[in-house]
Amino acid sequence: MANAPAAVRSEGYEQAFASLRASSGPAWLPALRREAMDRFNALGFPTTRNEDWHFTSVTPIAERVFKVTSARTGAATLSPADIAALVIGDADWHRLVFVNGRFEPSLSAFAGLPADVRVTTLAEALKESPEFVAEHLGKLAKHDGHSFTALNTAFAQDGVVIHVPASEVVEAPIHIVHVADASAAGAGIHPRLLVVAEPLSQLTIVESYASSGAIAAPYLTNAVAEIEVGNGARVSHFKIQRESSDAFHVGTVQVRQGRDSMYHSFSYASGAALSRTNVYTKLAGENAETRLNGLYLIDGTQHADHQTFVEHLAPACASRELYKGILDGNSHGVFNGKVYVDPIAQKTDGKQTNHALLLSDHARVDTKPQLEIFADDVKCTHGATVGRLDEGALFYMKSRGIGAEYARALLTYAFAAEVLETIEVDALREGLEAQAFARFTQSFGEQR
Amino acid sequence: MLVISDLHATAGEKEILKGISLTVNAGEVHAIMGPNGSGKSTLAQIIAGHPGYVVTSGSITYEGRDLLEMQAEERAQAGVFLAFQYPVEIPGVTNAYFFRSAYNEVRKANGKEELDPIEFLDLMEKKLKLVEMDPAMLHRSVNAGFSGGEKKRNEILQMAVLEPKLAILDETDSGLDIDALRVVAGGVNALKRPDNAAIVVTHYQRLLNYIVPDFVHVLAHGKIVKSGGKELALELEARGYDWVMEAA
Repeated sequence: MANAPAAVRSEGYEQAFASLRASSGPAWLPALRREAMDRFNALGFPTTRNEDWHFTSVTPIAERVFKVTSARTGAATLSPADIAALVIGDADWHRLVFVNGRFEPSLSAFAGLPADVRVTTLAEALKESPEFVAEHLGKLAKHDGHSFTALNTAFAQDGVVIHVPASEVVEAPIHIVHVADASAAGAGIHPRLLVVAEPLSQLTIVESYASSGAIAAPYLTNAVAEIEVGNGARVSHFKIQRESSDAFHVGTVQVRQGRDSMYHSFSYASGAALSRTNVYTKLAGENAETRLNGLYLIDGTQHADHQTFVEHLAPACASRELYKGILDGNSHGVFNGKVYVDPIAQKTDGKQTNHALLLSDHARVDTKPQLEIFADDVKCTHGATVGRLDEGALFYMKSRGIGAEYARALLTYAFAAEVLETIEVDALREGLEAQAFARFTQSFGEQR
Repeated sequence: MLVISDLHATAGEKEILKGISLTVNAGEVHAIMGPNGSGKSTLAQIIAGHPGYVVTSGSITYEGRDLLEMQAEERAQAGVFLAFQYPVEIPGVTNAYFFRSAYNEVRKANGKEELDPIEFLDLMEKKLKLVEMDPAMLHRSVNAGFSGGEKKRNEILQMAVLEPKLAILDETDSGLDIDALRVVAGGVNALKRPDNAAIVVTHYQRLLNYIVPDFVHVLAHGKIVKSGGKELALELEARGYDWVMEAA
């Protein structure tokens, strides 16, 4: 697949970069952005010759220049009711809403947090606590090898900074909502999330990505999250991507886990014309546990690519991965799960499972597990299936009087529900189950 | 109710049933016994409409209809029920939803009104007592992670809910301890009515102490080689299958 030469592609971004208004942030920020921009110029967009992008061509992204939108000048275009209709959430959750990448205070509510827990926008954090941001920004999500991360670092206008002090437990999830509306046409949105969960703290983050109404031209969401999970801390992180087919979505989550920590990630992707979701976690302290689950539901000409990379860098850590996909139409799914076990990481316990269900003869999935194991006393397994519905289960349902088509619909839902069941946030699990149920059974008019 | 005549069936290249004839009337309990590999389970699955077999000749008439022309779900809607030897696990679908879907599909097909979730729960509570099952199982996925005994009870529970006219129990006794066997058999007996019938497929006589058959048939090499009353089962228990097969 022919990509435009890198120099041509990045020239447009170089101009866009130059036209960005100098922000009022700390002195080190422009230097960091410049460095990231230089890296992007050098790297260009990845091509399918790059092993990590072998099954995903980003040509549709590379052939345009997605410019950062200017801040809204008129009245807010979306109401709280609009937001509630676009995303799955609960009134009890802390909520930060961004429209086209810009923070919307009128739609946000996160006042009820414990006093010592810091939740602010990135723009605010750069003013209030630039040292904290300087200490953490770009430390996990390095831009030297990742063009999209470099692009985000160069262009990120806003985002969220969360700092949970030691032993603090944040009960309600913090919901970060990104909505694109008509003004996003042709735009590049580069949200940034920075999370520092100090030792023994607990936190649940939900990131929702959605689109509102018709958008006249494609737009790019290019999100980067950096999550530091301290010793004994527990972070649950849900990323729900339901953007419209006007969107290209690239998201990278970089996590570093300390001793005895737990990080649970769930990636749900049913939106965007082309999406790529990276979840990378480093198990850097003994006895840490990571659980990476995901579900993608795609149709038409959608392309959804998930890449996970678990680095076992300390002994006795456990990693569990379960990714599932349901593909219809001419859609294309990709799952690439990498596991690295360092020589020091004895007693590693890793399990990776990836299942895809093809509902159409034209849907396609490429799956590539990659295990690199350099320690000898480890337990690492991986399993992948690509298939159709289980005939035994179909016959079982039919033998109970359930019609063939409805039995198929129920089993398709069940395939999705098996991984949704792992979501421990009730409102989110129930909301996504209802979505999946409606998606596969709506033509039968059944109630759950 | 059910008339099977000269039924021949194959799985792949292999002929498994080689001319079975059997008539079951309302109010009767028939036991089909025989050694492993005799074709007992195949017969049960063919009646239920399993797609893995091809009927090469012969016929099955159920309540005057050509059963072999009916889809599996149509058979179930018409009152045919198979309790599976190996019930299928369906992670992701709760028992409650599965049972209600099956019940309502059968009701709908018979021109009866469907029950809403609340009404259905009332019905389930009564049926659960019959098989001594914990109501908590309603919220678990169908058979997922169930013990062997729980799966078999779940089959009988489905039978109790669907109230079939013709129930076929395929080795429902295999792998059950004596308490579970008593519960399962009790459930089957409680559902017995003058207008329905049962075919009990089993390898052992043990189950027939609890579910007393009117007729016992011995199946060997794809044919019924001997038929008799309930005393035949006791004789088989005492003497094994060899003498019947040799006599045939």
